[in-house]
Formats: sequence, structure tokens, C-alpha cells
Amino acid sequence: MSDELSHLHCGAGGGPVLPGRTVTAQMDLLKGLWRENPVLIQLLGLCPTLAVTNSVANSVVMAGATFFVLVGSSLLVSLLKRFVPNEVRITSYILIIATFVSVAEMGLQALVPEIHKALGAFVALIVVNCIILGRQEAFAGRNPVGRSVLDAVGMGIGFTIALLLMGSVREILGSGTFLGVSLFGPGFEPWVIMVLPPGGFFTLAFVLLTVAWARQRRAARAAAAGRDAAVARRAA
Amino acid sequence: MSAPPLLVTASPHVGAGDSTPKIMWNVVASLVPVVLAATWFFGPSVPLVVGAALVGAVGAERAFGRRGTLADGSAVITGLLLGLTLPAGLPLWMAFVGGAFSIAIGKLIFGGLGQNVFNPALLGRAFLQASFPVALTTWPLPGTAETWWALRGDNFALPFASARVADTLTGATPLGRMKFEHQPTALWDLVLGTTTGSLGETSALLILLCGGYLALRNYLNWRIPASLFATVAVVETLLHALAPARFPDALFMLFSGGLMLGAMYMATDLVTSPVTNLGCWIFGAGIGVLVLVIRLWGGLAEGVMYAILIMNALVPFLNRWTQPRLFGTTRIAPGR
Repeated sequence: MSDELSHLHCGAGGGPVLPGRTVTAQMDLLKGLWRENPVLIQLLGLCPTLAVTNSVANSVVMAGATFFVLVGSSLLVSLLKRFVPNEVRITSYILIIATFVSVAEMGLQALVPEIHKALGAFVALIVVNCIILGRQEAFAGRNPVGRSVLDAVGMGIGFTIALLLMGSVREILGSGTFLGVSLFGPGFEPWVIMVLPPGGFFTLAFVLLTVAWARQRRAARAAAAGRDAAVARRAA
Repeated sequence: MSAPPLLVTASPHVGAGDSTPKIMWNVVASLVPVVLAATWFFGPSVPLVVGAALVGAVGAERAFGRRGTLADGSAVITGLLLGLTLPAGLPLWMAFVGGAFSIAIGKLIFGGLGQNVFNPALLGRAFLQASFPVALTTWPLPGTAETWWALRGDNFALPFASARVADTLTGATPLGRMKFEHQPTALWDLVLGTTTGSLGETSALLILLCGGYLALRNYLNWRIPASLFATVAVVETLLHALAPARFPDALFMLFSGGLMLGAMYMATDLVTSPVTNLGCWIFGAGIGVLVLVIRLWGGLAEGVMYAILIMNALVPFLNRWTQPRLFGTTRIAPGR
């Protein structure tokens, strides 16, 4: 029963491979960047995406910490998948993730105490980040170690891309700076709202709008190309 | 030989002659005197700021709206009302951004006229206030005869540039002076409008007259302003009687700040106010209480904008709770 259930969950990555398409390492790595981007396409992990992207520095550190936790736990989960009973797999995954989060939190506290303070509870909350648990459940728990690590690296980079995008837009508009360096000189009027919580929602909405628009256009173009090819075949 | 064809149409067979565009353009007409009065007090900056907000709102409606929705005049109202809530010295690009935000995010995202939850003009102002808090709270003093022609601030600041400090006299609004310095303002100044403040919040008398015209034509539900004024008057009189030093008198509360403009033009927005009369009484009273709470106990000097926006969010519930019972039916518990 639970096996059936977990198969239902696996559409995002570990699902059955389409016949005629071989899964390559490249695909494992690259799918997280755009086609299955955890934030922009799967809409996972929106809490840190909204909460800590008010500056580029915060976004980079948050993305780095998540990347570390994601790759580490995917590696460990994939290694241990034979020893973890199916009934307690979520608990085991969370324990593994929490271990890496503790390491990340202490590391940040020691290396970048200022940013650690700015991120507040959100580093600890990586434990319940659904991107990470989602990858364990959908991919690392059922795939070999190498592929799991590649998948985690791809997803981590995809998360970093999304956070950097949000952080850049919000810091440039909201403070007129990039990584703390002033871009427009002292005459610039910052849009304070962009570094406040509403600005996060506005920015995410516009980023998702752009992504959806781009995907729709691409799909329309692909459909048109398919029609053209069919017409050409019929004519030939 | 053949009889003339019998024309059968669906009801209603007698129309009142009112249509959405007619109501909207009437509201626009009633706002013209308010804009002129503001120009009288604050000089050539007023048509500039109101015009920029108008261009932003109408431009957004034209760019993102369905075809033909410009003619109903609702975007013009939003632009005018937003312009009237701004200070005279605001850089024009900010007024433009506010107008575009009002229509694009405040109205069109919800599906256009009739679909929006919040009053678009107030949403635009809330956005501007959160984005540019300093520029939105720099209040120029009304000019004298010699200085009428001068701009009341750096209206022509380049887009994205902050306003330079211009040679303008600025001062706190009557509410700000009362709240932070305990300085009262003469009541007659408040009624006529010879005080600092945003463009449309100065002349209470004129706004009452223009709004009264709309109420007479039944283009706004008079119960909303009536219950708002009554709530503010009663609660504030009680508070003033309890502690005269702490709380200003009711007349000051009624005639200062944006209460008149908000009560007459923002709260009575046909889209974002309740449809039942009982709902309108509750709606107005809720705004009144919230205005007093924000003004007297909150961190801001003025609270009309947030009070109306908060009550806007409750309108669907008010509509449901106050639905009149159909004749001959029994009461059904709401939500069943």
C-alpha cells in the first residue's frame, strides 16, 4: 500500500522514464536548473524564497546553506536506502536533514555571524524545506548514489538561481545596491516596499508570471513546429 | 394584411436611465470642484500631481484592460482620487507609478471593474506610502497670493530619483500636530481647508457639498458616511468627556485629515462597499472605530486609508451576514 502511494509521489523526478529516452547524468543534473526548477516550476520552498531574499547577500548565504544540506542528505539517504524501513523513512530523512542543518547553522554562525543573525529562524527551518524532503522522497530514496547527488546538485543550483533572481530584483529596487555596492549614486529613491514582505510577494508573482509566459510561448512554438512537420510529412 | 411583429424582451421593461458610465462620469464631475479648490490652495503643483496619477491610471487601463473599458470612466475616478490623496510636492513619477499600480494591481488583476476587493485608489496610495514614506509625508503649506505660482516641491524629479529639498515651506498636518505636539488647529481652518495636508483632505466643506450631490442623486449610499460620521462623533465625544486633555473634540476629528474624502468618495465606492443597507451601516461604523483606534492609539497620525482597506476586506462577510430574508422563507443558518 505505502509502496503504491510513494510511487504516486514520484512524478517530479524519479518517475518512470519515457520509453526511448535514456536517462543520462547530464539530464539528472540539468533538469533542476530550468525544466524542473524547484521554485520556479515546482513552486516548492517558497517560504525562504519570500522571506530572506531582501538582499543578494542573504539570498546567496541561504541558497548555499540549502545547497549543502540538500546534497549532503541526498548522498546519505541514497547510501542508506537499503537499511531504512519504508514505514519510518520520512522520520529517518528528517533526522538526516536535521543533522546537516545543524552543521550548516553552526557553520554560518561561525563564518558570517551578521548574515546568520539576519536570516533568523530561516536557517533552522531548512529542516522542513519541502524541496529537500521532496528530493529524498522522490529521488534519493529510490536511485543510486551518483544520480542522487547529481540530482541534488542540480536542484540546489536551481534553488540558487531563483533566490538570486529574487534577491537581485529586490535589493536593486529596494535599496539601489547590489551586494551592498551602490549602483545609482545618492540621488536614487529606494522603493522601500521591495525589501519589506509585500515586495517579496510582488517580486515572486512577477517572476512566476514571466516564467509561465516564457513556457507558454515555448509550448506554443513547439506545437506549431509539430503541426508544420506533420503537414510536411503529409505533403511528402 | 400582416400585423406588426410583437416585440417581446426579457425584464426589466422600465429602466432608471442610470448606467455605470453615467454614474462614473457624474462622480468625475463632482470631483472637479475639489481639484480646483486644491489648486486654489496649493498652486500649479496640483494639476501636475493629479494629472500624473490620472495618466498612470488611464494608461494602465488602456495597456492591460479589455478593449472599451476606458469609456466607463472608472479609471479616471481612480486616478483623480489617488491624486487627491497625495501631497502637492510629490515627484510626478511617483504619482504616475501609484496610478498605474492602482489600476493594474488594484483592479485589473482581480478581473477589472466590479471584481476588485479593495478600493484601487487607496491600494495605490498604500503602495506609495510603503514605497516612498518620506516623500508621501512631506506636506507643503498652502501658499500665499505672491507665492501661488511656485511649485510646492520637486515635482519634476527624474524617474527613480528622490526629490531634492526645494525652497518650500512644509509643516505637519493638523492631525500630526495634534498627535505629536498637542497643538490644536482652528476649526474654521479645517472646514475651509486652509491647512496642510494632501490635496483633497483640506477643504472638508467642499467635499461634503460635492459628496452630498452624489448622495442626492443616489449615486452613493448615504448610510455609509452617515454611520461613519455618527460613530466618530459619538465615540470621540465620549472619549473627550472622559479625558479632555488626552483626546481632541469630535469636531476636530471629523473635519481633519482625509476623513471627509475617505467617507464620501473612498468608502462609498460602489464595488468595494456592502450591497445591503444594514451592511452599509456596519461598514461605516467599522471604519469609524478603526479610524479612531489608529489615530488615537496607533503609530500613524492618520488612519482613514488603512481603516477603509481593512473594512473592504470584510465586505463579503457583511454581505453574507446581512442578507435580507426572502418573503415567505425561513431563516437558514449562514454557511450551511
